[in-house]
Amino acid sequence: MTVPKRIGKIRFGLISPQEFRKMSVVKIITADTYDDDGFPIEMGLMDPRLGVIDPGLRCRSCGGRPGECPGHFGHIDLIAPVIHVGFAKLIRKLLRAICRDCSKLMLLEKDKKMYLEQIKTLERLGQPTDDLVNKVFSEARKNKTCPHCGAPQKEIKFERPLSYIEDGHKLTPSDIRDRFEKIPDDDIAVMGMNPDTARPEWMILTVLPVPPVTMRPSITLESGQRSEDDLTHKLVDIIRINQRFQENREAGAPQLIIEDLWELLQYHVTTFLDNTVSGVPPARHRSGRPLKTLSQRLKGKEGRFRGSLSGKRVNFSARTVISPDPNLSINEVGVPMDIAMELSVPMVASARNKEVVKTFVARGPDRHPGVNYVTRADGRRVKVTDKNAEEVAGQIDIGWRIDRQLADGDIVLFNRQPSLHRMSIMAHRVKVMPYKTFRLNPSVCPPYNADFDGDEMNLHVPQTEEARAEAEILMRVQENILSPRFGGPIIGGIHDYVTGSFLLTHGEKPIYHKDMMEIVKKLQPSELPEPRGYLDEKPYWTGKQVFSMILPRGLNLNFKADFCYNCDVCRGAECEHDAYVIIEDGELVRGTIDAEAVGAFKGKITDRIIKQFSPSVASEFLDRMTLLALRGIMYAGFSFGIDDEDIPREAAEQIAETTRAAREKVQQLIAAYNAGELEPLPGRTLDETLEMRIMQTLGKARDSTGKIAGRYLGLDNSGVVMAVSGARGSMLNLTQMAACVGQQSVRGERIKRGYAGRTLPHFRRGDLGAEAHGFVESSYKHGLTPTEFFFHAIGGREGLVDTAIRTSQSGYLQRRLVNALQDLEVKYDGTVKETRGMIVQFQYGEDGVDASRRDYASVDNVKRIIKNVLAKEEQI
Amino acid sequence: MSLTGKDVADRLEALHLPHNIRETMRSELSSVELSEEQLEAIVSQVEEDYRHSMVEPCEAVGVVAAQSIGEPGTQMTMRTFHYAGVAEINVTLGLPRLIEIVDARKIPSTPTMTIRLTEEYAHDRDLAREVAWAIESTSLLHLGSIATDLAEMNVIIELNPSAMEQRKITVEEVADSLREETGLAVDQKDGSLVMAPEEPSYRDLLQLVEKIKKISLKGVEGIKRVVIRKEGEEYILYTEGSSLRKVMEFEGVSPGRTKTNNINEIGEVLGIEAARNAIINEATDTLREQGLSVDVRHIMLVADIMTVDGEVKQIGRHGVSGEKASVLARAAFEVTVNHILDAAVRGDVDDLKGVTENVIVGQPIQLGTGDVKLVARR
Repeated sequence: MTVPKRIGKIRFGLISPQEFRKMSVVKIITADTYDDDGFPIEMGLMDPRLGVIDPGLRCRSCGGRPGECPGHFGHIDLIAPVIHVGFAKLIRKLLRAICRDCSKLMLLEKDKKMYLEQIKTLERLGQPTDDLVNKVFSEARKNKTCPHCGAPQKEIKFERPLSYIEDGHKLTPSDIRDRFEKIPDDDIAVMGMNPDTARPEWMILTVLPVPPVTMRPSITLESGQRSEDDLTHKLVDIIRINQRFQENREAGAPQLIIEDLWELLQYHVTTFLDNTVSGVPPARHRSGRPLKTLSQRLKGKEGRFRGSLSGKRVNFSARTVISPDPNLSINEVGVPMDIAMELSVPMVASARNKEVVKTFVARGPDRHPGVNYVTRADGRRVKVTDKNAEEVAGQIDIGWRIDRQLADGDIVLFNRQPSLHRMSIMAHRVKVMPYKTFRLNPSVCPPYNADFDGDEMNLHVPQTEEARAEAEILMRVQENILSPRFGGPIIGGIHDYVTGSFLLTHGEKPIYHKDMMEIVKKLQPSELPEPRGYLDEKPYWTGKQVFSMILPRGLNLNFKADFCYNCDVCRGAECEHDAYVIIEDGELVRGTIDAEAVGAFKGKITDRIIKQFSPSVASEFLDRMTLLALRGIMYAGFSFGIDDEDIPREAAEQIAETTRAAREKVQQLIAAYNAGELEPLPGRTLDETLEMRIMQTLGKARDSTGKIAGRYLGLDNSGVVMAVSGARGSMLNLTQMAACVGQQSVRGERIKRGYAGRTLPHFRRGDLGAEAHGFVESSYKHGLTPTEFFFHAIGGREGLVDTAIRTSQSGYLQRRLVNALQDLEVKYDGTVKETRGMIVQFQYGEDGVDASRRDYASVDNVKRIIKNVLAKEEQI
Repeated sequence: MSLTGKDVADRLEALHLPHNIRETMRSELSSVELSEEQLEAIVSQVEEDYRHSMVEPCEAVGVVAAQSIGEPGTQMTMRTFHYAGVAEINVTLGLPRLIEIVDARKIPSTPTMTIRLTEEYAHDRDLAREVAWAIESTSLLHLGSIATDLAEMNVIIELNPSAMEQRKITVEEVADSLREETGLAVDQKDGSLVMAPEEPSYRDLLQLVEKIKKISLKGVEGIKRVVIRKEGEEYILYTEGSSLRKVMEFEGVSPGRTKTNNINEIGEVLGIEAARNAIINEATDTLREQGLSVDVRHIMLVADIMTVDGEVKQIGRHGVSGEKASVLARAAFEVTVNHILDAAVRGDVDDLKGVTENVIVGQPIQLGTGDVKLVARR
């Protein structure tokens, strides 16, 4: 293999008129495009030498067909020079810095030399030269007479958008061009320009490049009418004015008219280059829409740079709705048959696989896994159809390439936008399935941040061996279980998997043989563990034993479960809530498995397995955990309904009493405030103090209603199970549903806005009471009163607005961060450098440790090693 | 045969391991008896694990860091104000604060300081309060009330003697600073001060009132409020407003343990390394407060790229991104057209080393697996 060719460098510069004429294929003189027969007019804007867009025609310059020919530039000779808008400010600076007579930069030779050296140094260091160059300009401008020829200088006024006025006379572009032409090359370098690539006079256009038709294609409407591109429209304007200008000048028209036409030409060239120059009315289409001209094409999100060059459209990709399938491995993705038959993987026939290739081809495109296209050794592509499949299969020879349909086991990239981190694109193995959705194991939802409320995801098929290898080694789901953000597992059980594990492993409930078989069915174990004991002579097992079946041997772990009550004195292994997890040699001895053990973002067990064993073992564990947890939740039975929010009458009475007391307390506070007896908090006004005290009181009230409700809702309540195990929701949510919704707030304060002096017309002006400012005493179950409902809507709206703003803000933050840091790389010597070679860090993160593997370099790990080594010696 | 403590220490000293690992080994091994084989076994395992934990060369650590900080941004709250630590002082937190840090704003939207006191002041409430009064900028409104007499066309300032006592300021001092700031005569009339504008006009009178309200009579300008809190054993001062340089010089203030949340100020007063640490601390605190765990290494990298040049630069068009070497990378970020025009005039050369440039021209990027220059021999 030869070293692939690379573009090494790109040099930027201005183009000179001479060079431009040389590369132009045609001089455009007529403003017309197509003749009556629909053929492009020669020397017109659609001249066939500029490239082709109509199918069937060939380019007159290169002979290429549409799609092959990249297009060629033409040119328009401008009758009079015009200024390039982009350089208006620079032209102003130059005019002020050079002598109006001899065109030399108005600095002493020795200063020039000094500045030039400084510029060279900065350039060598890769530093920006802008500040220094600006200093050159401002120094040069200070001279009232030229230090070289002694000519007195005049003030040059710049008027937006493009006039330069010297001493009351407007400088024409020709005048400026004449002055610029005389600037010596050495002076140009001092002004921060490169005289080889950018002579100042080239900033004033005498020849206008005509972009090839391929970049301004005309479209034929249904009516048969042609609709031209915005650029073409603008070029038509330029040519027309150019012609009129020429005619008028040749006819010896008065100076005033000439100047007007010159200005008009300048206007059209300006808007051709940039249609958003301030002070220049934007050129409009007949319909009144502003034209999209050159710089508009480059700018912005959908512009050439961000829209077409940094982000590109790709083939071999698919997109559809996603849905869950716990029977798939986390490494797999279910691909609908329709998509599998459309996407393909290239395969090259060789002596060894020729027969296999033939069987693929013989199946044709309609029988999966078949072949859609065949590329012969000479590069010709043949579409395989049902009819020619057998025939093509017979012709297959070494070197032929077939596009084999996607089949089970192929590696593909799976992605969900927004791609906020690298786990948003991971490699999965294909599993072709019926129906129309992509299927994935719900455990991989957290890294993608996906749910199944209609989310769509994208799938890409790598086409080369290198790409597949990289995808498999670096991007597989199992390689991404640990997040580089915090070094913990980002993949793990969610919702029902956590609930299921919790229900299965909580307590020591006996499971008899029949149920046992039902639960472990999907795990397909070769044997069952020893029964925990016998009840009525029947053997029974416990959920903890069942869960131990999926734990790898040699795993030792102690930790507090997510639902740990944080008792004042932790009794550790003796925990009466079964919240202290002990795993010894892969056996769950004590404790309950919940979010802390297997959940996404927490997953202590997953974390330990992946670090002690390997990603493969961890992925295996997660696969089996999903299967088992589902069986667990099915065995226990689980539902949540409106009556799960019921609380007994005495609880409701206590809650009512609590809220009543809180309201009273608020009234007392208000009374104290009105009587002037309220003591202000340090540094707060009286009003602020009152607000804070009221908020505090009502907040406490909500919490205590929650506690009351919590006392009556135990682990037999599905909502509590979910909240406590970390599967979904929180006790706060339950409190709001069953007991009391609580204070609604806008910007962290009670609701104050609304009518003059009051929030709603239902209250008296100046009422400071709880219910007048958004305290919702009812529960969601009980239902809200109309005023409460209204306040709740206010609070809810704030939340929605907040989310909307946050996404845009954090999106921009992310874009800036990525853009600033994307070129940083760890070099072989361990330093972090950017593209210029500047060292940003001498050792990555000061210790060279990868964040996702930081546990290996942690204090805990060192202690563990020491313990292990010392323990081993003792045994011997 | 067991090793002496010195042997172990010498062996550990020679290891190329991060400080904290070495320290752990030292403290763990100091109390146990161990043989040479055991020590070697431990050392080799620790070394191996450390080597295993190292970043691989060519790893695109920049992107990973950016994503690790950007991604949690989506989960942060927008609620600008919240009370951190002290109920009395508002601090910007959450996403707005993170954006502020990364923007390298000259002045944060809510500048605050945490002032710790020297040993003798820290444990005495009265001494601590004295420092607080001395630092807090005192205005006339703290000391009394301002009234206007429209008949006489003058301003009457009633001073409250107990407030004056508390803040250790005398009527003369107030009068002096008013005279100095306004350049007008101040008459003293039994506990109150009388001032008149130069021209007896209604407008000037009101303007004068506004002006003298703002005058800082005592304390550090810009520090609007000081709150004392007891944390553990010592009293700590929290301020609204920040002025590190001046506060550090106060009697009783422990300069080494005093900080501000204004990163630029830290950079100016204490230097760029301090600014870098400030960025790391502020960003970590902001993220932690939101309950998001992000490895320090990512934040460090952001702090480092912001401060490599010796000045605190913004992440964005006026800083790091705007000063990139590559024209195409800059053009693809923001203000596309200007970058291209300037590059043309300067005759810039794009070396196509970065990510964006190579994506633009359609070749493999020079990071990660793309940076490995190995070609199979035929």
